[in-house]
Amino acid sequence: MNVAMDAAGFLRAALGGALIGAAASLYLLTRGAPAGVSSIVGDALEKGSPGRRDAFAFVGGLVVAGLLGGIFVPSLRAVAPVASLPALAVAGLLVGFGTRLGSGCTSGHGVCGLSRFSLRSLIATLTFMFVAGVMTYAIVHGGNGS
Amino acid sequence: MSRIATFAAGLLFGVGLLVSGMTDPNRVRGFLDVAGAWDPSLAFVMGGALLVHAAAYRWITRLGRPLLADRFHIPTRTSIDGRLVAGAAIFGVGWGLSGICPGPAVVNLGVGASGAAIFALAGVVGMLAYSAWASRSGAG
Repeated sequence: MNVAMDAAGFLRAALGGALIGAAASLYLLTRGAPAGVSSIVGDALEKGSPGRRDAFAFVGGLVVAGLLGGIFVPSLRAVAPVASLPALAVAGLLVGFGTRLGSGCTSGHGVCGLSRFSLRSLIATLTFMFVAGVMTYAIVHGGNGS
Repeated sequence: MSRIATFAAGLLFGVGLLVSGMTDPNRVRGFLDVAGAWDPSLAFVMGGALLVHAAAYRWITRLGRPLLADRFHIPTRTSIDGRLVAGAAIFGVGWGLSGICPGPAVVNLGVGASGAAIFALAGVVGMLAYSAWASRSGAG
């Protein structure tokens, strides 16, 4: 197998992951709930949801992190999408619908759920990783000889 | 107080995503494309997050109650049902197509990354479509 990664990338990935784990822990410690981004965005969209303002605060924190990142690390703004705009729109619809139907995404199932050894989250994580892997294979290696 | 803590958690989560490189869909695709030049970054991101959070989870849930809420709201469902698997599979199709999952989608809105707005808007439409469908079918 071909592996494309250097030592600096390995460190950044692990450090970034540790920060994500710390953020999820801060959220659990203060709010008492898993920091699943799709569920929190879902709460923010739901009129009359009791946690709506907190959900907005969390989403606001994510957006401000991005704003600051874009200002201090301009290269982040130059990151190119891997799909066309119509494909991004279709993907967004599927990600929005699927994460609500499946009760979670990479953070809710992949980080928070696996951290408490939830079998549901393990099944969900294996499912979305496998399906995304098959999709990726079809897109990258399956084209009409291109 | 609760809002400030929640905002701080979101900010830290976003910084973690940016540091990890996972807001770049090219890196996510590099991970998902195991048949190409495989980029294992995402596995290290999840490993780092799980090491920290699995340990903290055990400590925090022993406190009896969270600091700024009445009680813990930990999901209690254990059923492996069609909704869980179908939802994860639909999400997987979208994730594979775009290399973007919900956390990076929101952070990239702030970054102003190309295509971020259209993805986020479509994501919101998808979530609202789910809510409408769930309330109509009585499932949610």
